[in-house]
Amino acid sequence: MRIVVLTKPVPDPAAGAERLGPDNRLDRAASPTVVNGNDEYALEAALQLVEAHGGEVVILTMAPANGTETMRKALAMGAARGIHVTDDALAGADLPTTIRVLAAAAGQEAFDLLLGGLDTSDGAGGAVTAGVAARLGLPLLSTAAHIEPDPAAGRVRVRRLSAKGYDLVEAPMPAVISCTQALGAPRYPSLKGIMAARSRPIAAHSLADLGDGLAPADGAWATRVVAAEPPTARAAGRTVTGSATDAAREIADFLADRRLI
Amino acid sequence: MPALVLAVAEVADGSLTRLSTEAATLARALAEAAGGTALGLVVDAAPAGPAAELAGYLPRVVAVTAAELADQVPAPHVAAEVARLLGEGVTHVVIGATTDGRDIAGTLVGLTGLGLLANADTASWDGDAPVTRSVVLGGRAVTESTLSGGSGIITLRPGGVGASEAAVPGAVEPREPSTPAVPAAVVLERVAEAGAEVSLEDARVVVVGGRGVGSPEGFAVVEELAGLLGGVVGATRASVDAGWVPYARQIGQTGRVVKPALYLGLGVSGAMQHRVGMQGSEVIVAVNRDQDAPIAEVADLFVIGDLFQVAPALATEIRVRRGG
Repeated sequence: MRIVVLTKPVPDPAAGAERLGPDNRLDRAASPTVVNGNDEYALEAALQLVEAHGGEVVILTMAPANGTETMRKALAMGAARGIHVTDDALAGADLPTTIRVLAAAAGQEAFDLLLGGLDTSDGAGGAVTAGVAARLGLPLLSTAAHIEPDPAAGRVRVRRLSAKGYDLVEAPMPAVISCTQALGAPRYPSLKGIMAARSRPIAAHSLADLGDGLAPADGAWATRVVAAEPPTARAAGRTVTGSATDAAREIADFLADRRLI
Repeated sequence: MPALVLAVAEVADGSLTRLSTEAATLARALAEAAGGTALGLVVDAAPAGPAAELAGYLPRVVAVTAAELADQVPAPHVAAEVARLLGEGVTHVVIGATTDGRDIAGTLVGLTGLGLLANADTASWDGDAPVTRSVVLGGRAVTESTLSGGSGIITLRPGGVGASEAAVPGAVEPREPSTPAVPAAVVLERVAEAGAEVSLEDARVVVVGGRGVGSPEGFAVVEELAGLLGGVVGATRASVDAGWVPYARQIGQTGRVVKPALYLGLGVSGAMQHRVGMQGSEVIVAVNRDQDAPIAEVADLFVIGDLFQVAPALATEIRVRRGG
């Protein structure tokens, strides 16, 4: 099987320094960069599937030139090679452009499965994988908690998380899957993996390499951020210490005052 | 071109979801403010009931009977109907930011190239372009975003818009389904998991167990308080990752966004990724042993103490006040 995994470099949420720059775009210099969390679950699932069924995992990233640093981390987990779409004309790209570009790059690979995170920690629109599926005319199996391909039958089954549990959904391959943390924790790269990642190939593609008409001229994006501000802080609350019984009484008083009990 | 704003409704257990009524209210408000028209869309195997509900909010509702939705995922079918309505003059589309809603929005963007304003809490007009407010970067910023072109898609978070019915109910227009442009995955089986049957988003009270709960058994005190308060149990990512509660219970950036009248957190540290899913709650009470837990920054009442002592004591106190 060939599995393409969308891996987006994002500011490390754990570093706590994500912010927008004066142009209301993500300030990429403010934070160390990591592979988007949900994309790591996708990558881990892809690696396990290839270990079970054979084949290769290819990571696909649209990012500035230094995006290769983060791609090396994904390669160190065990991906065979990378595709890096990078072009100055894509700085600040909107969702439709991102979808067109990723679909064009993925479309050059004869893949069985295309996996991506359910959403990203810096964008969180959660629409990229669905958009790429639609653009490629492929079925989408979204919000995956478990992935079970049957390569002989050319089908894949996914447990799709629902409000009540999960739905078992099925589609013919090739198919596109959006991935959640319920797939299981990603592995840590081994030292051997880190060494090997240095020599794994990353193919760089410019916009022109992928075809015409993928991005609007002069960055005329369909959407733009016009203002950004810090979130409104809540009014300072009250702190309670003391015995559990006293604390319980205080909580009960507090709730009763607000007619919550 | 006058605005023609479409609200895409979602059906659960034969009824309109609350978020759908909020999307409908927003679509109507946007249309009225622009001197335009609003309409609604219900695509379901049995759309009549929810379409009649939706007509309480909108002057016109298109009801598509799509038998396939009984055993196929909805996004390709709903996207096909929205695409048809875009061809008939719809300028803006409002969709709930749910699992299916995001799939529908993404499918539409892939098919049409329209812009998406994602995760809006509210929307208004600046001239002839809608401006949405969204919380981004795990709660570190609030942005205002707009569309450059004359049409586009908005996904709406729950709770930002209060649902209100129209003065005069609208008309329902039944339609035959169109053919989806993309193949739909087949649903072989729908599996319900214990503890996941009630909607977190619709709950008036949410009692949340965090890492401090320590074990699946520890959730008994969380469940007890939820029961007493008429609420539902929520969880943090840490307690879901530990396998103590199903993912459907997770509140936060990668889970549900809740805005209950009361959020009661037990052993919840309050990481930014969790707070983005609960900081809109009306009243926040938290119990934590760690006085430096960041949840203190958003709590109206912050109790420093052991949840395994405070929670049972609170349960007893509530019972006593209710007369045993």
